Amino acid sequence: MAIWLAQLAINRWRRLRRNAEDAPLREGEGEDAVPVALIRETAHGPRIDALNRAAIMAGVREDVMLADARAVCPSLVVHPADAAGDLAFLEKMAVWAQRWGPWSAMDMPDGLLVDVTGAAHLFGGEQRLLADAQAMLASRGLAARLAIAPTAGAAWALAHHGPACAILPPGEDIAERLSALPMAALRLDDDVLLVMRRLGLKRLGDLSGVGREALVRRFRNRRTPAANPLLRHDQLVGLVPEPLLPVIAVPPAMVQHRLMEPIRHLPLLEVVLRDLAAALVRELEGRGHGARRVDLACWRVDGEVTIRRLELAAATRDPAHLCRLFSEKLQGLEAGFGFEMVRLTASWAEPLTAAQVRLGEAENEQGTSLAACIDRLSTRLGPDAVRRAVPHASHLPERAQRWQPPLEPMPPAQEEMVFHHRPLKLLDRAEPVEVLYATPDGLPRRFRWRGALHEVLRAEGPERIAPEWWHERGTTRLRDYYRIEDGEGRRYWLYRAGLVGDGRGGLPQWFLHGLFA
Amino acid sequence: MPSGVPDGMFPAARLAPARWLGEDGGTPVPSGSPGARIDEWHPGSPFRGAGDIFAPGAEATGAALAIALAEGSPRIGPGRDVPPPCSDERPFLWVQDGKALKMGGRPYLPGLPRDLRHRCVHVKTRNAAEALFALEEGIRCRDLAFVIGEIAGNPREIDFTATRRLVLAAERHGVPLWLVRLDARRDLGAARMRWEAASAPSAPSSWNAQAPGLPRWRAELFRARGTRPGTWWISRQEDGDGHGRIAAAAASDGDLAGAAGDQPLAAAAPER
Repeated sequence: MAIWLAQLAINRWRRLRRNAEDAPLREGEGEDAVPVALIRETAHGPRIDALNRAAIMAGVREDVMLADARAVCPSLVVHPADAAGDLAFLEKMAVWAQRWGPWSAMDMPDGLLVDVTGAAHLFGGEQRLLADAQAMLASRGLAARLAIAPTAGAAWALAHHGPACAILPPGEDIAERLSALPMAALRLDDDVLLVMRRLGLKRLGDLSGVGREALVRRFRNRRTPAANPLLRHDQLVGLVPEPLLPVIAVPPAMVQHRLMEPIRHLPLLEVVLRDLAAALVRELEGRGHGARRVDLACWRVDGEVTIRRLELAAATRDPAHLCRLFSEKLQGLEAGFGFEMVRLTASWAEPLTAAQVRLGEAENEQGTSLAACIDRLSTRLGPDAVRRAVPHASHLPERAQRWQPPLEPMPPAQEEMVFHHRPLKLLDRAEPVEVLYATPDGLPRRFRWRGALHEVLRAEGPERIAPEWWHERGTTRLRDYYRIEDGEGRRYWLYRAGLVGDGRGGLPQWFLHGLFA
Repeated sequence: MPSGVPDGMFPAARLAPARWLGEDGGTPVPSGSPGARIDEWHPGSPFRGAGDIFAPGAEATGAALAIALAEGSPRIGPGRDVPPPCSDERPFLWVQDGKALKMGGRPYLPGLPRDLRHRCVHVKTRNAAEALFALEEGIRCRDLAFVIGEIAGNPREIDFTATRRLVLAAERHGVPLWLVRLDARRDLGAARMRWEAASAPSAPSSWNAQAPGLPRWRAELFRARGTRPGTWWISRQEDGDGHGRIAAAAASDGDLAGAAGDQPLAAAAPER
């Protein structure tokens, strides 16, 4: 069975809009009464993706520039198109459509193919099946054209170009029954359609009128089905198999306990949690997965749901580790009259192969693993507390490092200059210092930082770092960095922002930026 | 027990008595016994457990010395003698509380020693209690090479009990801990080694006489278990592949000539 959601984008837009009764808009109601267009941004300006009925009546056509459409219909109301949302919606629809058949496939960009072989009698025959599907889709505000045929290609052709709710029973001559359909029913690319039109082949029946050898030679180096009309025709007739990619829903691993008596105390909840964690780990082990994110949902007697979420630094299947991390999160959980159901869901899992369990008493003897340690730290201190510095391609010192979660792989980076001396610690924000110098462009003699006076004994510099003009405004001043050692051997990294007479402000200011070892 | 310290203490009875390996490295010598030999500290002294470094907050001496000591001292594994692997690729943990971070800034990747750059895991905590928690979790992790903590001042949470906990955990799991106390006075602490460090004039630079050279620190070991206190000029020397090792020369107040090298004596003499 082929389902063609002919106006998917505009139907979805209408579903997301609300009318006066806070229900999805019906056709021609509220915002839909005026001409509406969904646009996408292109390199040459906005272009129209989808239109509602009022806009089509006003003479606007799809795929024209918005400026041209405005000339035709000045009152056109414009909303952005959501192609990614439409795709996700279609994916969900493909799973939902498995109510009519054991498997389904997406047919980009706005169609579905469902295998209903041997399943139609469950709905009382193919007529009733189509009627059921039509009603279901209409109740969701989706305009659809449906067809059933022995092959996917024939069903598609009938849904797009045949009569409404067409059924082609098996055993009939497909080529002959579909010979009146236009050549576009073969699902060909636009340029191939153009070639076919120039060859004078307009209907499917025309293909059998021409010698097949001539067409084979004409399209001899077209391998993809969408570019080869003969291959498409063979698929439509059923001479050549057409592989389709089925959509399979993978529900996340989930375990839940319904409790006979509502629990109100933390120790009992921890016991329940321990059981659930063990069950979840068994479930994950069966799939060969480890949890990266776990959601704990507690249903209270009065219907409130409390959700606690846990993110892990690496995939894990250790129930004790999960329990320990959750016990941090359970503090301050409002139990009310008690929880009657507790559910644990691994909403994000990654493949994790089975590993050798350590011999002996695990944690007390051997210590924890790095991932477990990071999990514990980031659960207690917050996700941004534990991080790792990675190099970043920038000359400015404060931009030369970035922070990322500790177990993510290092990004590729260029080797740094070995002869550049960099401080061991960098202040988050360079602190202004008062400097005494012999010449404004020369070495500092003495400076005052945080109220203490430092006599400069040895210095090296300047190392000039120019501003990154592709990021900054033109008035940003360059920096001259100096390595300084003071009378007590303290080593600092000072810089002067700007030069005298560089035309970007008054006298240059001095800053202390880093502390050397 | 301070409120900030998490539960899960080890039963004290199951802990082995603290041991100190002597010069010969083989037989552990109970440090409390009257026959224990007291040695001078030297750069190759093996270390196990936790140490304190008191350092001024306006310089990076504390962290640098902690790195040098953690990287340079041979380690004694928990219960078994593990020779230090020649190329250690395990990460290390650098914990800073909020005040220390504001006082001395955060670790800067291009300035870290070359073999430690890709291994630094940084933990930022709001207060000292959280820093203690992070330090203890770090010590108990078998995948870490060492743990460095930086805590500013003398917060109430860091008392003798808390430091004792850290020392016992570090000895048990064999992960060395160096806790840098910025701008703190010498309070009670159970650390196995307690240093007071400040920066010292750097070694003369080979290429530019006016430039600061290899950094040096003047460190006073004022309390140690099984080791005689003393004062040293310490520096970290790096070999070709970036692995560091400590070089130290004994220092006394009168002995400045050795430290000064070929620079003017007045420049090298700290007035302390």
